[in-house]
Amino acid sequence: MLRIKCPFCGERDHSEFSYGGDGSIVYPALDAPMQDWVEAVFQRENIRGMQTETWQHVNGCRTWLLVERDTMTHEIRSVRAAHPGVAKALEGSS
Amino acid sequence: MTRFSAWNVFRNGLTGQKGWSRQWRDPEPKKHYDVVVIGAGLHGLATAYYLAKNHSVRNVAVVEKGWLGGGNAGRNTTIVRSNYMMPGNREFYEHSLKLWENLSHELNYNVMFSQRAHVSLLHSPAAVDDAARRYNTMRLTDSDGELWDLEKLKHTIPYLNYGPNSRFPIIGAAVQRRAGTARHDAVAWGYARGADQHGVDILQNCEVTGVTRDNDKVVAIETTRGTISAGKVGFAVAGNTSRLWSMAGLGNLPIESHKLQAFVSEPLKPLLDHVVVFGVGGAHFYISQSDKGGMVFGGDIDWYKSYAQRGNLPIVQDVAEAAMSILPCLGRVKLLRHWSGVMDMSMDGSHFICKTPLNNLYLNAGWNYGGFKASPASGWYFADLIANDRPHPVVENHDLQRFERGINIDERGAGPDPKLHG
Ligand SMILES: Cc1cc2nc3c(=O)[nH]c(=O)nc-3n(C[C@H](O)[C@H](O)[C@H](O)COP(=O)(O)OP(=O)(O)OC[C@H]3O[C@@H](n4cnc5c(N)ncnc54)[C@H](O)[C@@H]3O)c2cc1C
Ligand SMILES: [Zn+2]
Repeated sequence: MLRIKCPFCGERDHSEFSYGGDGSIVYPALDAPMQDWVEAVFQRENIRGMQTETWQHVNGCRTWLLVERDTMTHEIRSVRAAHPGVAKALEGSS
Repeated sequence: MTRFSAWNVFRNGLTGQKGWSRQWRDPEPKKHYDVVVIGAGLHGLATAYYLAKNHSVRNVAVVEKGWLGGGNAGRNTTIVRSNYMMPGNREFYEHSLKLWENLSHELNYNVMFSQRAHVSLLHSPAAVDDAARRYNTMRLTDSDGELWDLEKLKHTIPYLNYGPNSRFPIIGAAVQRRAGTARHDAVAWGYARGADQHGVDILQNCEVTGVTRDNDKVVAIETTRGTISAGKVGFAVAGNTSRLWSMAGLGNLPIESHKLQAFVSEPLKPLLDHVVVFGVGGAHFYISQSDKGGMVFGGDIDWYKSYAQRGNLPIVQDVAEAAMSILPCLGRVKLLRHWSGVMDMSMDGSHFICKTPLNNLYLNAGWNYGGFKASPASGWYFADLIANDRPHPVVENHDLQRFERGINIDERGAGPDPKLHG
């Protein structure tokens, strides 16, 4: 069981959370060329090692999180709210 | 190499089993091969076999970092079926099923293919309609499929939970009778033995650590057993595809690596004659009984991306709950072993058998968790691609560019999220 330290609720079992996906994807502008959209929607780096990924605390505060996790060892390095404003508001509070 | 026959079994029974020879050689790597296939899972081994057998390409090596069949090849729940509906997939999987039907003879190796029928439980009129559409489509592709009503299902498999109070009452089933299971290790061993017999070198404990390029051509691969130059190279490394891809300097792929667990119970007396599948309302569960008596079953992937060949506990609970909801008679049965494998989940749930940006590099990947049944056809079409340097019409849309062309071969209609495919 992974344990994810939600900045709002504290450390919880990962079964309270839902995995989103690769958190490093930046979606292009709506009128960006097709190729940029193909890249963002379909292409993945699929890192073996530390990756930034999204999780949602669905059975808790429902905040979307950005988690740095090693995809080989499952070690979690950091957890922060995905929304920069929420992240800032929660800074130092947990 | 001794052929297996009733006579040889009899003769060796009388002569202390001394007359058998090694099933395959353990050769030293040569400096050069016409084709190097990376990954001695089912797909790599089948590819080498069909390269030699169908295309007379014999100066071939299969390069494996561990031991042959030690990856997903030896970790799956061995379900073989061809109930696919999307164009391309249905021809491919039906071809695969036909190859399965003759595989033991083809390889002179008993792969214990058992056509015990694949029974997908249905729980709503909408699911019955959907299954009717899918199974009719299959029949139009020269496959078999039928719908069973509740009476027929109860008669055939009486001990499922038909209770009126179950959360998802069973109302019927979609059945493919020619589907079933096989012995996964035997398939790897049979293809390895067959390929070796045709002169293919299977190089185990030989990890690929680098891919040397000359512009848009691969010239050699670096391995822990030295540099091997190659005329053509094929990747068939399942969950490790992105790693090889980046060794070749090729950037991103429409693939993520996720892990799937499998479970085996203590051996029981014969109980289940079919493969039974339960999938409704977020639950996913499939079960069969091995020839040794163990109940072999599994469910969904672990949900988050991972390269660890190690499963998590919430899935153990999920799968146990699903087991109890359809086969309550298993309640006191002990779990003997469970393990996991790393799979190459693709963006639409379908595979890639295709050319790549490099002229002499070919890709076989994106098997999700359905690549066991695919292995004979996968080797067949991948060998055809490598030998002829063009995709066969059956796999011509199974390339990396299909997404830009607006083609998603998405059996589940789940969209571009690898964890949602099966
Ligand atoms: C738990 C589980 C249950 C499954 N159940 C089913 C099922 O019921 N039905 C079904 O159809 N499918 C099933 N599958 C899927 C199926 O097992 C796979 O899709 C299929 O085995 C993948 O192809 P393969 O056998 O070639 O892969 P693998 O056996 O994984 O072969 C890839 C090989 O590449 C090698 N390799 C990787 N990197 C390198 C390197 N750098 N150098 C050299 N070698 C390398 C690996 O060591 C490995 O041996 C299941 C999978 C799992 C994990
Ligand atoms: Zn929370």
